[in-house]
Amino acid sequence: MLRSIAQERMDPIPLFFVLGFLARLTRSDLKIPAQLYEALSIYLLLAIGLKGGMELARQDALHILPQAVSVMGLGVLIPLIAFPVLRRLGRFDRFNAAAIAGHYGSVSVVTFAVAIDYLIARGSDFEAYMPLFLVLLEMPGIAIGILLARMGGELAKVRWGALGHEILFGKSMVLLGGGLVIGWVAGPEGLSPLEPFFFSLFKGVLCLFLLEMGLVAASQAAALRTSGSFLVAFAVAMPVVSAILGSIVGALIGLSAGGALLLATLAASASYIAAPAAMRIAIPEANPGLSITAALVITFPFNILIGIPLYDRIVGLVYGG
Amino acid sequence: MSNTHPCKLVVIICESAIEASLSDDVMRLGAHGYTVADVRGQGSHGARSALWGADRSIRMEILCDETTSVAIVAHVEQAYFRNFAMVAYVTDVGVLRPDKFQHKS
Repeated sequence: MLRSIAQERMDPIPLFFVLGFLARLTRSDLKIPAQLYEALSIYLLLAIGLKGGMELARQDALHILPQAVSVMGLGVLIPLIAFPVLRRLGRFDRFNAAAIAGHYGSVSVVTFAVAIDYLIARGSDFEAYMPLFLVLLEMPGIAIGILLARMGGELAKVRWGALGHEILFGKSMVLLGGGLVIGWVAGPEGLSPLEPFFFSLFKGVLCLFLLEMGLVAASQAAALRTSGSFLVAFAVAMPVVSAILGSIVGALIGLSAGGALLLATLAASASYIAAPAAMRIAIPEANPGLSITAALVITFPFNILIGIPLYDRIVGLVYGG
Repeated sequence: MSNTHPCKLVVIICESAIEASLSDDVMRLGAHGYTVADVRGQGSHGARSALWGADRSIRMEILCDETTSVAIVAHVEQAYFRNFAMVAYVTDVGVLRPDKFQHKS
């Protein structure tokens, strides 16, 4: 009985996150070596980039360009909504509000991968070039977060050169963007020899990565005690607001319902790899513990366990109404 | 008799996020080189367990003369202490080939 419910209701992939989380809470000696974590993240970023690039090769650029611009607009809008909420309701100072807003404007690759798995498991169609939007959404949130922090005469203090380098040539952009270009240039035929490695093994690697994310999230969970209840509420409410915006934008730019779910999930996700690195350098005044607790300990598990099925309903409402 | 010569060892333990800018600073302030290791530990910023990117720490060691050591310590105190997890200290050590560690001019 229990087994049949588990088989019907639960995707196995998010359960690996739960396993990692519980392992850490129970003080198990389980540990994923840092080098393996690095290798897994390189693999995931490249595989997602390649897959998107391969599909991009089949698309008409003129069809995608207006969509791409709208998606980037969404990436600008989300931190602009989050910032005043954090500032006025959450009473965070300008630096912390801007840093947290920037994390929510940027995206989480693994959340995106879990949403793709959700759609594939249900046999739903989606625009396979969506990883392009993942790449496009990574940057604007971070840039807006930095601008918000430095408004009011401090713009001259920002070392734009070093920062631009960090954002554009950071590991995740190089691998995702590079994968997109390689996939686009090589096309589906060219990539077919790579298929067993990059595409067939993808789910297994994602499981290992989620196991690690569970360990990391649980190790940071102690910070919840000091972060305050507003941040917890924000980290649950903000993704839902962003997902609603994402579904609406998805419908407006003519994505399929599956594509809109992916866009809603991207909008809802908060970065915990690219954004923390960029923000630490660009807004050192902000306490990194706050944004990481919100993005990784609350929003990430919320999205993969509850959020994605919820956003599926929201997209259903937007598309069915 | 020992054949070593007095020299300063500056040790900086900090977030790996600032490794690039810190190494630029150190070289600019006159050091001849530095050694960096990945480390983990715990301090007033909580446990930094090196599980993943934002949680990583480094230990940078610089062998240099006293003038350079003072310049480096004064600079990191002013530039990084306020906002970053960081510990810095200077010790006296004995080195071979002392000319390797004189202030670059």
